[in-house]
Amino acid sequence: MNIHRNLVAFKTILTREILRFMRIWIQTVMPPAINALLYLVVFGTLIGSQVREVDGYRYMDYIVPGIIMLSVIMNSYSNVVSSFYAAKFQHFVEEMLISPVHNVVILAGFVAGGVARGLVVGAAVTAIALLFTDLQVVNVWITLSVVLLTAILFSIGGFINAIYANSFDDISIVPNFILMPLIYLGGIFYSIQLLPPVWQLVSKINPILYMVNGFRYGILGVSDISIAYAFGIILAFIFALGGFALYLLNRGVGLKQ
Amino acid sequence: MKALSIQGLEKTYGNGFQAVKDVNLDVEEGDFFALLGPNGAGKSTTIGIICSLIKKTRGTVSVFGHDLEREQEAVKSSIGLVPQEFNFSLFEPPIEILINQAGYYGIPRPEARRRAEIYLKKMELWEHRNNQSRSLSGGMKRRLMIARALVHEPRLLFLDEPTAGVDIEIRRSMWAFVQEINKELGTTIILTTHYLEEAESLCRNVAIINEGVVIQQGSVSHLLSESHTQTYVLDIAQTMNTAPDLEGFSVYLSGNQQLEVEVTKEHHLNKLFAVLSSKKIDVTSMRTKTNRLEEFFMRLVKKG
Repeated sequence: MNIHRNLVAFKTILTREILRFMRIWIQTVMPPAINALLYLVVFGTLIGSQVREVDGYRYMDYIVPGIIMLSVIMNSYSNVVSSFYAAKFQHFVEEMLISPVHNVVILAGFVAGGVARGLVVGAAVTAIALLFTDLQVVNVWITLSVVLLTAILFSIGGFINAIYANSFDDISIVPNFILMPLIYLGGIFYSIQLLPPVWQLVSKINPILYMVNGFRYGILGVSDISIAYAFGIILAFIFALGGFALYLLNRGVGLKQ
Repeated sequence: MKALSIQGLEKTYGNGFQAVKDVNLDVEEGDFFALLGPNGAGKSTTIGIICSLIKKTRGTVSVFGHDLEREQEAVKSSIGLVPQEFNFSLFEPPIEILINQAGYYGIPRPEARRRAEIYLKKMELWEHRNNQSRSLSGGMKRRLMIARALVHEPRLLFLDEPTAGVDIEIRRSMWAFVQEINKELGTTIILTTHYLEEAESLCRNVAIINEGVVIQQGSVSHLLSESHTQTYVLDIAQTMNTAPDLEGFSVYLSGNQQLEVEVTKEHHLNKLFAVLSSKKIDVTSMRTKTNRLEEFFMRLVKKG
């Protein structure tokens, strides 16, 4: 593999992806920022003022990490699924398929693009959250590594979804009917300690719980689960889904006849 | 050196349709080669396989001596493709499309920008470089795909019906440019087209493919020398209701003052005119009904 050529190709795909979502920032960055603002006003300020402290924190402070994570997850995923599906739909994915770019680089380029959007939106939501709360990050490295790994994981998820998608409906089914319920049930707005033991157990099957709690641990220093578990689960999913995405790309599934 | 060598290529799609049955083909480096055939003959499938867009079922393909399966990176680096269908992002401007394409081949952005300028200017698209590509006309989109295919300066360029829907003036300027890169850069060009006069005037060698099999291959001049019959359309001064009997020639009356005469290789036009004079038929103008390659092609394909 020609390292220099593939490095240039990676930068090309990443630059293209960043330019793409920044060109249409009104569709890509603005709506999640407004959503987050609404969550913080409605749940944090209006309802939160009536809710007692959770794990020793004001309700507003408790939900902020989850709301940031919600934006990162949804935007990493939707950036890659929509961008790669558009490349398939308009056939310009062929530009890459006929070129000598290694499949690992194609995957890495799109995933990096998804991570970039996830982080840009995450930063915008964080900036809005600072209007409502005085965020004190307990552990910067845990916070950054959890958000980065989560963005990588959901970008890979978006890539796999795009490979299998045959219509625009197919790229909205997973985010709307699978991701969104998992995120809401992943402890964004509540601690699973508030649930009955059976539902606590059921909640622990949800991988997003580990990501939200890992991130919350980095910011607030409190978590419903062990931070080691959180990292283990995120990394395990990244390797499993990343390997699967590469397998699909190498086989040309959904791309080559 | 062979730019392209294909042996026993087969492609059967998932639905059981066998698009390519047994294609064997050699193209020399520097050639301007025509791959001709009716719709569905297997031309685009063959090109798709060489360009790694379609997976072959059987056979071997090598490009400049590199095997498609074992040395994919070397093969891909030397190929450029102008496909039949538009396949670029409609929302990106031409300049970005070319810079990105160069990037996939490892060409850094400053150099990619320099090349993009050269090829967009050559294709008369420079003024439109920052417009969204969806706003370009059909002819401009075709030229954009040619510029994109050239930006990494491939040694082997596939042009899959690049002039479909392009007006004559632009088509001529496109061909002049493509001939220039064939001659000056030595780029090997493989062309598929339904305009056979283009193939006849541009290409040195040709292969005719029908129902997934190469049924004829050779130099254009050699194939044309095998062409036995040429049909001429004669406009005549006299008005006729039935075709005249011209000894030794097949004649059809295609209008009251128009004849179609088939002239075989064994006969000379002098003989035809002698017979016409003996019948006191005055010819006011004359042209060939189709070009020679087209007649040869039609006969072969019908026979097949």
